[in-house]
Amino acid sequence: MNGDAAIVARGLTRRFGRLVAVNGVNLEVPRARIFGFLGPNGSGKSTTIRMLCGLLEPSDGSVDVLGYRMPQDAEKLRSKLGYMTQRFSLWDDLTVLENLEFIAQVFGLPGHDRRRRIEETAGEYGLGPILRQRAGTLSGGQRQRLALAAATLHEPELLLLDEPTSAVDPQSRRDFWESLFALVHRGITILVSTHYMDEAERCHRLGILAEGRLVAEGVPQDLMHGIPAAVIEVEAVDTAGARRALAADPAVRSVAQLGLRLHALLDPDAASPAERVRGRLRSAGIEAQVEAVGASLEDVFVAATGFRDGLGPQGRPA
Amino acid sequence: MFERIFAVMQKELRQLARDRVTFGMIVGIPLMQILLFGYAINFDVRGLRAAVVDEAGTSLSRALVGDLQATGVIVLQDPSPSVADLRRRIDSGELSVGIVIPADFERRRLQSDRAVVQLLVDGSEPMVDSVARGLASLPPPVRDGLYAPRTKFFEVYTEYNPERRTAVQVVPALIGVILNMTMVIFTAAAIVRERERGNLELLITTPIRSWELMAGKLLPYVFIGLLQTTLVLVVGMLLFDVPVNGSLLQFYLAAALFIAATLTLGLVISTLAATQLQAFQMAFVTLLPSILLSGFVFPFDGMPKPAQWIAQALPLTHFVEMIRGIVLRGAHLADLKVQAAKLAVFLAVALAIATRRFRKRLD
Repeated sequence: MNGDAAIVARGLTRRFGRLVAVNGVNLEVPRARIFGFLGPNGSGKSTTIRMLCGLLEPSDGSVDVLGYRMPQDAEKLRSKLGYMTQRFSLWDDLTVLENLEFIAQVFGLPGHDRRRRIEETAGEYGLGPILRQRAGTLSGGQRQRLALAAATLHEPELLLLDEPTSAVDPQSRRDFWESLFALVHRGITILVSTHYMDEAERCHRLGILAEGRLVAEGVPQDLMHGIPAAVIEVEAVDTAGARRALAADPAVRSVAQLGLRLHALLDPDAASPAERVRGRLRSAGIEAQVEAVGASLEDVFVAATGFRDGLGPQGRPA
Repeated sequence: MFERIFAVMQKELRQLARDRVTFGMIVGIPLMQILLFGYAINFDVRGLRAAVVDEAGTSLSRALVGDLQATGVIVLQDPSPSVADLRRRIDSGELSVGIVIPADFERRRLQSDRAVVQLLVDGSEPMVDSVARGLASLPPPVRDGLYAPRTKFFEVYTEYNPERRTAVQVVPALIGVILNMTMVIFTAAAIVRERERGNLELLITTPIRSWELMAGKLLPYVFIGLLQTTLVLVVGMLLFDVPVNGSLLQFYLAAALFIAATLTLGLVISTLAATQLQAFQMAFVTLLPSILLSGFVFPFDGMPKPAQWIAQALPLTHFVEMIRGIVLRGAHLADLKVQAAKLAVFLAVALAIATRRFRKRLD
């Protein structure tokens, strides 16, 4: 086991009745890095994060967070952990300042530290002008900055962020990620879940979750290079026809549309995949530009989550 | 530790001050109830609508009708020509009381073995029935030689409330009813709301301990409960002349014990309910039997045994006994230690259940 890891999970499993929400997840999150969880809704991202911070008890397996065993040692971890829930969970009827003061008191920051930290974080996250405003009247981006400020007020070693950018405009998302990198530079470990590809690409390491399983894990660039499929880009006027023609090929595992282009993922064992696709389309009488390209993270995601998108011809298991 | 409890208290009070509806209810519910019970719900009923069938039609029968009217208990409407018509008017709800003076009235009034006048009473309303029966026991108007002599068999003197004013009997117990209503709902809602809005998920990942969170949330309501108690007592004293015969300190001690019991009941409900609506429903389920079985409305001793057992499990039952004792009979807490002990047992059991169920986890 890596002594530098902030989080180590082995065979982490959580069942809700007959539903297996998280299934045998092995995880190692290095310190002072951003680790991303990528996955669709219901893939087990939130459940995993809740087990990591001791909110839920694992049905099976073990988790160590900053060297503490969860959930038994959850109370000892509290002061070193910052948690940002998926839903805004500060108090709508309190002002920004009152919310921050309350959180600082609950974390037991002494009086002078409290004022200093509130001033620092308010400055850092641009909350100065809205300190006296009630949280309920803030915009999505402001709320998210307030939530991040509240989660970092007590200078935690580890931040767990559960889909922090789901209700936020693109500019706010960019700013938010700048803030995350600033935190990592100070040595903080961040685990963030998302369903945005561009955000996932910014993480130092990435884990892809599908139906409770960790189906791929690694550095985003490595994942893209090492994708277990050939990626063929097809540009055609009759995209629907091209799609039908490709779906009939047993070597084509999935077809996804990106604007006017199609991305076909082919079996890596298929010989000269671009030629094969070209031939298929020609015999179907469809005019198209065909080119082998590098995989995008979206392709990695599609390949890892079992080729459900665009359905293979043999009706492979979804 | 104290800092965290204080932080939660401060937050609760701030939120409460901004929640105008709840804030209004703190003062509004007690005020509305005491005015309602003090003025409208009056067990010494007056002004019942009545009509007469005078089959005798003598000067004496007319004088008797005049005497009845003079009591103020009835207000006479147009007379009826027949008993059948009188019955119809009672059936239709137009009248509460019918007075039948039989044709042989003159003969009856001189005999002491037969009733002189018949009263027909609307039995569908409990208070009307008992009041009209009271009319029947009125002594006959004193007119020498006109009626056969009747001696009073019992003479009733009502202790602690000689004028038999309803407000005196109702107001002290009403304090309990109001506290039971507001305390349970406020605390249950205050905790369930945080779960519903997701605040709790954040709170339980902070170093705050469960009991600190609970204490911080409950303490403000102890003050609010004492405030409501004072409000009802002061209004009761000023508007309805309710006497406080016992010691004020003991009055507040009893109130504080009861407030603690109702708060923990609210706490138990908050650990069972998933939404605020569920919490309200559960609070209501406990409220109705409390009001009906506690002895506030119906005398406890007259209830069937199973109802008495249920009543024993309700904190309001014991508080109603204690508060009536202290306020009206001037009793000392030492005389009421059985009731106080029962309340304390309720408090301990509810607290044990609540702390067992309230854990810092989501599952």
